[in-house]
Amino acid sequence: MMDNPIEQLNKIFDSRIRIGIMSALIVNESLNFNDLKALIDVTDGNLATHLKTLEENNFIKVQKGFIGRKTNTTYTITKAGEKAFRAHLDALEKIIKKLN
Amino acid sequence: MSIETKDTSLETLQEIRTIMERSARFLSLSGWSGVWAGSVALVGAVIAHYWLLQFRINQSYRLDEARIKFIFLGIIIFIAALMGGFFFTAQKVRKQGHTLWNNASRQLLLQILVPLATGGVFVLAFISNANDQYIAPACLVFYGLALINCSKYTLSDIRYLGYLEVLLGCINIFFAKYGLYFWTAGFGILHILYGIIMWNKYDRHTA
Repeated sequence: MMDNPIEQLNKIFDSRIRIGIMSALIVNESLNFNDLKALIDVTDGNLATHLKTLEENNFIKVQKGFIGRKTNTTYTITKAGEKAFRAHLDALEKIIKKLN
Repeated sequence: MSIETKDTSLETLQEIRTIMERSARFLSLSGWSGVWAGSVALVGAVIAHYWLLQFRINQSYRLDEARIKFIFLGIIIFIAALMGGFFFTAQKVRKQGHTLWNNASRQLLLQILVPLATGGVFVLAFISNANDQYIAPACLVFYGLALINCSKYTLSDIRYLGYLEVLLGCINIFFAKYGLYFWTAGFGILHILYGIIMWNKYDRHTA
């Protein structure tokens, strides 16, 4: 029997915001908090929570820096994050293809 | 597996694509920016042409005085084209509800700035050495290279405009005394055509 692609979907990416964060980070070397906020259309608190979850799963890396006196936190995707996100995309693709 | 799962999967994939694109490319360049820049360049070229005619009729003009006038005209055209171009693009950004200053627009500016500033140094050197015939080709070639270079970070169609500018500049080097005509074609006519084509392709449906 073929694997059920629905089971291959990653539970962590079961959120529009986390998917948005990963999509943006996979095509950019790094992005800061404001870049992500503008892209995904989400409140500060909500974005911070989802970033935390992704960080705890080692899917993204956080770098704290400064521009002048202001803090500038940038986010980068990790190798593990890239791998997991690509697998998730593959599973989504399979689901669509299976029903065609 | 249900149709619903398939529909949400498709929706998710589409959303992913949109965010990937919007985060890596600045897609809000307005066609009107091109039309504006081209029109300003045309007006500038007409003024320059008129001055040249006057200069030929009235030989009492001093060459270095005339050159300063032309340099000022060039600077004013450059600033006017830039400000108007910025205005129309900012307007489009506002209408789309996107942001003007983000990772993609920063990358875009950086990729334009490096070839353009290099070209600026060349043009300054030509001005100071009185190699005036190379100013127009250098403007065209370096501007074209800047457009090709930045095309990864915006609507990729802009690279075709870049190729044409570089081509015009390269031909111009061999026909140096027709610099004003090449300059007018490259900065005036090509910009207006490009602006109209882009407006038709991207802006019309959202306007």
